[in-house]
Amino acid sequence: MSAYLVRRALGALWALIGVAIVVFLILHMTGDPASVMMPPEATKAEIEAFRHEQGFDRPLIVQFASFAVAAAQGDLGLSLRHQEPAMALALQRLPATALLASSAFLIVVLVGVPAGILSALRPRTWVDYVARVIALIGQSAPTYWIGLMLILFFAVRLGWFPASGIGDWHNLILPAATLGFFSTAKIMRLTRAAMLEVLAADYLRTARAKGLTFPRVTLWHGLRNALLPIVTQLGVELGTLLSGAIITETVFAWPGVGRLAVQAVFERDFPVVEAVVLIAATTFVLLNLVVDLLYAVLDPRIRYA
Amino acid sequence: MATAAVAASVPALDDAPFVGTRTASLRRLARDPAALIGAVIVAIVVVCALFAPLIARADPNAQDLAATLQPPMWVAGGTHAHPLGTDNLGRDLLARIIWGARVSAIVGISVVAIGGTIGVTAGLLAGYRRGWVDAIIARITDVQLAFPLVLLAVAIVAVVGPGLWTVIAAIGLTSWVQYVRVVRAEAMSLREREFVLAAEASGAAPPRILARHLLPNVASAAIVLGTFEIARAVVLESSLSFLGLGVPPTTPSWGGMLADGRQYLDTAWWTALFPGLAIMIAVMGVNLLGDGLRDALDPSVQP
Repeated sequence: MSAYLVRRALGALWALIGVAIVVFLILHMTGDPASVMMPPEATKAEIEAFRHEQGFDRPLIVQFASFAVAAAQGDLGLSLRHQEPAMALALQRLPATALLASSAFLIVVLVGVPAGILSALRPRTWVDYVARVIALIGQSAPTYWIGLMLILFFAVRLGWFPASGIGDWHNLILPAATLGFFSTAKIMRLTRAAMLEVLAADYLRTARAKGLTFPRVTLWHGLRNALLPIVTQLGVELGTLLSGAIITETVFAWPGVGRLAVQAVFERDFPVVEAVVLIAATTFVLLNLVVDLLYAVLDPRIRYA
Repeated sequence: MATAAVAASVPALDDAPFVGTRTASLRRLARDPAALIGAVIVAIVVVCALFAPLIARADPNAQDLAATLQPPMWVAGGTHAHPLGTDNLGRDLLARIIWGARVSAIVGISVVAIGGTIGVTAGLLAGYRRGWVDAIIARITDVQLAFPLVLLAVAIVAVVGPGLWTVIAAIGLTSWVQYVRVVRAEAMSLREREFVLAAEASGAAPPRILARHLLPNVASAAIVLGTFEIARAVVLESSLSFLGLGVPPTTPSWGGMLADGRQYLDTAWWTALFPGLAIMIAVMGVNLLGDGLRDALDPSVQP
């Protein structure tokens, strides 16, 4: 088990180093980060002065070394627009995104998994068909369109929830439902497929033949064994929710890191864009590490592989 | 005598109709109603993309400021001249939706071509060569997968500047990893098969083995994945256009139309509803076709 832990932790470390390299390279993609960061009307002299001030005239490897050291300490420079540390600005907005993503995740677990189980227990009935059609819609419709339609019906027409902004739990419902829709559909389909496979297994037929109660057969024997791929996918979906938050936050004017990143793009505030990408990627890597460890706990075969 | 009776009951090999794998797969696909619906939807989108100037009655960019935010024809105030209504600049929604299929089709096909070429090549190399080649490709894949895709595409577009080809490059660069994972696993299992070992023993060079022996056998998995990647690319492009980071506003795109329609949600719901329906139906068609292809090409997979 400890060898597995060490291997996974080393893998996560490599991924973080790779993330730092990619974040550094994105800004240098055009070859001249100074002209990318300066406004279009800046003169050559101003761009040259900015280039020297930021150290973009140093050799690339030297630039990367100082970037990596600074990034490890959480220092990505000042926001060009707000003149505050870019990392601090991004971290301020992180709790709002975390709240939105975790609420959406709750919806995915509490709606997607039970819907998948129900669909598998009642195959080829109207329950199954309705669930599968909704799942297909959820996986096909763009997140922002679902958000706009939810705003149209529940905020504009019915007036049940506010259309934008952060506040109490009323403000959370529509954004969380929007963000969670796609992942709920995916988890529902996966749960259905995993349960169908498990329900057809011989050991479950034996359990039924032994006279065990329906919940014991379905939940204790059935769901427990179907859980492995579901839990793995739930971990992946948590990452997808973080990724999708950028769109949902824009639709609902939710003050999270995603919306900050989009605003920073339009304001050409690249230190902030870098900070958001670094935070998001680091969170992804750590989440995947937790999912890998959880997988090892659930499936003893993985630990000793 | 019993043996003769049994032998007589078995049809001779020459009499049995030979059905190749490809034909069998196509037959399975043709018998799947959901896949056929998907294929029809995809065909409609492709026809709209190819023949937009002939199909759309109106010019998608023609503004009529006297007819802004007109409702669809079945709603009071609508006209037959604009069946799905008009937007805030009086442009015909139906014409813009038909022309918008072009951007989605170009992005979908280009992204799969770029991402698929890079990903399948990398996956074959990683799965066949193993060793340090596999280790490097695996590390690069892990790093790529660490990034939220939308954020990565936004960051790339932010630096390079918005535009159709930037969007295609950004999405293509983020999609190649999906092929690596699938193709690598297939290549790793195929390299131990007898036909590959025989090819190596007869002196075939690695490029020939990859191209003639491995590639045809991973093609099915890559095609199915490619179909789902088209759907993802269409949604991602529309998301970038919705954020204002996609194609220029003058080019009709479904995401751009949704961005324009957002501010008129309470007064002109059709400007947001119909472009979104177009995206949803197109993506649904591609997903249904992908599901059908997967089941047709590998019947051992349970739906």
